Parts: sequence; structure tokens; C-alpha cells
Amino acid sequence: MAEKIRITTPLTEEVSRTLRAGDSVLISGTIFSARDAAHKAMTEALARGEELPIDWTNQIVYYLGPTPAKPGNPIGSCGPTTSGRMDAYTPTMLDQGIKGMIGKGSRTPEVIESMKKHGVTYFAAVGGAAALISKSVKKYTVLAYPELGPEAVAALEVVDFPAIVVIDSEGNNFYEMGQAPYRKL
Amino acid sequence: MRTINVEQITAEVAQMCKEAAYYLPKDVYEALKKGRETEESPVGCDVLDQIIRNSEIAREEDRPICQDTGMTIIFLEVGQDLHIEGGNLTDAINAGVAKGYIEGYLRKSVVAEPLFNRVNTQNNTPAIIYTKIVDGDKLKIELTLKGFGSENKSGIKMLVPADGVEGVKKAVMDIILHASCNPCPPMVVGVGIGGTMDQAAYLSKRALMRPTNVRNAHPDYANLEGELLELINKTGIGPQLGGTTSALAVNVEWGPTHIAGLPVAVTICCHAMRHSERTL
Ligand code: SF4
Repeated sequence: MAEKIRITTPLTEEVSRTLRAGDSVLISGTIFSARDAAHKAMTEALARGEELPIDWTNQIVYYLGPTPAKPGNPIGSCGPTTSGRMDAYTPTMLDQGIKGMIGKGSRTPEVIESMKKHGVTYFAAVGGAAALISKSVKKYTVLAYPELGPEAVAALEVVDFPAIVVIDSEGNNFYEMGQAPYRKL
Repeated sequence: MRTINVEQITAEVAQMCKEAAYYLPKDVYEALKKGRETEESPVGCDVLDQIIRNSEIAREEDRPICQDTGMTIIFLEVGQDLHIEGGNLTDAINAGVAKGYIEGYLRKSVVAEPLFNRVNTQNNTPAIIYTKIVDGDKLKIELTLKGFGSENKSGIKMLVPADGVEGVKKAVMDIILHASCNPCPPMVVGVGIGGTMDQAAYLSKRALMRPTNVRNAHPDYANLEGELLELINKTGIGPQLGGTTSALAVNVEWGPTHIAGLPVAVTICCHAMRHSERTL
């Protein structure tokens, strides 16, 4: 495989726009977890005109609900969850300045349009590689919605978090590009 | 008459939940390795390497293979000459699930009610329990932790007899193609054919309890398993980002059905095909 690209957070639109579908990356810095219930809570807060618990400008969101940490570990197993369940909320969240999303699985055309507009990159982590991924997480700090348990919004300090660009800011889709050469039906 | 105390059942179920969460069954591990050898996509090879390494880390360090430690599904075979004492069997199993998920640092992913409030039960109960009464005085417990990334891509189709074998293949492939990269492939595919709608769905789950390297005892169904696996591995889905290892196995179970019916259900499982079994 080609050389892995190193990315450090925050992720600016300028850097995001240089990434291409199929690029293999290693992410370091702070990324923020949020999944179904947190997305619902945040979009409802926005609809009420309230501020969000964190400033998402140039940040990367990770669709994650980890297992509880065993004593002595910063986090439990922490692989990506299915991104598609966040699609209904995603354009609203991208309006908040998010520049990267990490998850797994396909996205809707609405999400891809919003990504192109804002210069956002969608990364996939390997679904089910949760114990391996936990090795790249050094610290896990709950920032909001602690009552949601594993669905809380948290800051993850990561070093060389492995991911692949699956949909880039121009809308190129590696899920489609990657499958086509091997489709023999 | 042989007697088992519910406390023993609770303790065993707790242990089994942890084992299933941490230790990928050997046959699945071997199937992943075999897939890695034949995978044609370089990205697919990279993904398979990560998945294989992940299962090794999980086993070495007693960590959950996947953060979605699933809904607990339990298949019981209760010998009709067995006496269970000390409490209710269902309660004992749920107590074991709660104990295993809490002690094992597994994620609690069950909500008490599906539509309006969705409040987490905080201990992953209740488990889904299927019970079969059999001869003898033993209690067999089989368990899987079913992740919902793959469960959400499962499906059912009520075919009619005229649809035949080709209709069955098409129904399965429609569900697989719709699932595509989403259920964390390489998948293990359980297919239930026959019965009623619910029975076919049950059979598709039951099919996942058979090791990936054991084919159906009926030669026609064994054949069908092979043909479906070949078709699925030609979709290009591969290990999530394209390739030739889309599924590790297709397990088909079948049952008697009505003269007018041909139900087909497909339960998709991801590569994290967690399984544990015991006979007490
Ligand atoms: S589908 Fe399976 S491997 Fe993927 S996140 Fe869910 S449980 Fe884990």
C-alpha cells in the first residue's frame, strides 16, 4: 500500500481538501466522539437556539460508543459504528464547522453534498477492529451528556489512529471505487 | 432425576458472555486467515490484517473484539428429565448476562422499550432466549453476542414455491447487495428457508451457531451454501473497502413449510462472529 499520510488535529478545510478517496491516514491529536443519542441531543439544542457543548470548528467527529475501560486502560474497545444512522443529523452538524468524520459504511447524497460545500472528509476505520484501535487512544474524557453512558460526547487523545479516506471533499467514493474491480457478477 | 441449581447456570452464562466477547472462535479465525491468503485487493489485505491482528489482541488481553458487544442471544436445549431448582431459569440466565456484561466490561446496548423512551437497561438484559425441549437430562447452552451493524442489514422475503432455487438465491443476493459494505464484512451469512415467517428468521439465526467450516448435512443444501458463498464473493464488497473476501461462510438451515410458501430469511453477521457453548 502507498505511504500513510499523517494528519494532526484540528483539521483545516485547506488540508481536508487535499485528501483523496483511498488515501490511508494516521490521525493524531484530539478527536471527539458522538453517536445517535448525542446527535439527536445536539441538533435539538440547535433547534432551540442553544449553544453546543463543544465548538466543532475544524474538529473531527468519531461515531463511537466504546466498551467501559478496564482498570488501568484509558478506554475499552472502541471501533467505529455505522455512520448512516447519523446521516439525518449530519448536514446540520457540518454547518457547525466539522471538517472530518470517522465511521463506517455508506452515506446519503445529502451528506455528500454538504461535505463538498464545506470541504469535509469522511474517513472509515476498520469496522470491528475495536481492540486494535484502542491501542491508539491515550486518553478519553467525557465532555457532555454523561447520562448517555457510552453515547456521551467525549474527547479522545489519539496517536496514529488508522483510517482510510472513503469519501473525499469532492465526493469521490472509495466504497464504490474499491468494489468495482472485483465485481464479477 | 438430575438436578441443576440456577446459581450454576448464572455463573456459566456470565463466563460465556465474557469468553464470547474476547475470544473469536478458532474456525472464524482460520477462515479470516484463509481469506487473507486469497484476497486480491491490496486495501482488502490491509483490512484483513487489521481484523486478524485485532482478534489476536482481544484474545491475548481479554478485551472485547468489538465495542458493540451486542444483544445476547441464547439457544437452550433442555433435557426433559432435568430438574432446575433454586429459581426461575429465565431469571437465572438474565442474571448471568448482567453479571458477565458488568464484570467483563462489556458494553450495555439494550433499551427496555424500542420506540418512545429507549432507556438503557444498564446490564444488557433481557437476553433473547430460544428454548427447545429435548430427550435426556442435560442442559445445553449456546450463546452469541449479536452486533447490530450487521443485524440491521438482515432481512426476510416471503417467496412462493414457483420461485424455486433461483428465487431463493436472488432473495439472498438482494439482501447482501443492499447490505454492501455496512455490516463489517467479511460476513458470516445465516440463511433460514421454510417454516413460517418467524420460523425462517429463527432458522437464519440458528444457522449462525454452526461453525463456518461445517456444511449442511443435506447435500442439496450444502451445495446451495457453496453456490451462495461463491456469488457473495463475486460482489466486490470484500473486506469493507472492496475485494474478494466478502463472506467467510454461508450456513443454511431449513424446515418444513406450507404447500403455498417458501419463506427465506437472512441474518447477516459480521466477522466478529461471537459464539460460546456449554453442556451442563
Ligand atoms: S457489525 Fe459487528 S464488527 Fe461491526 S461494529 Fe457491529 S458488532 Fe462490531
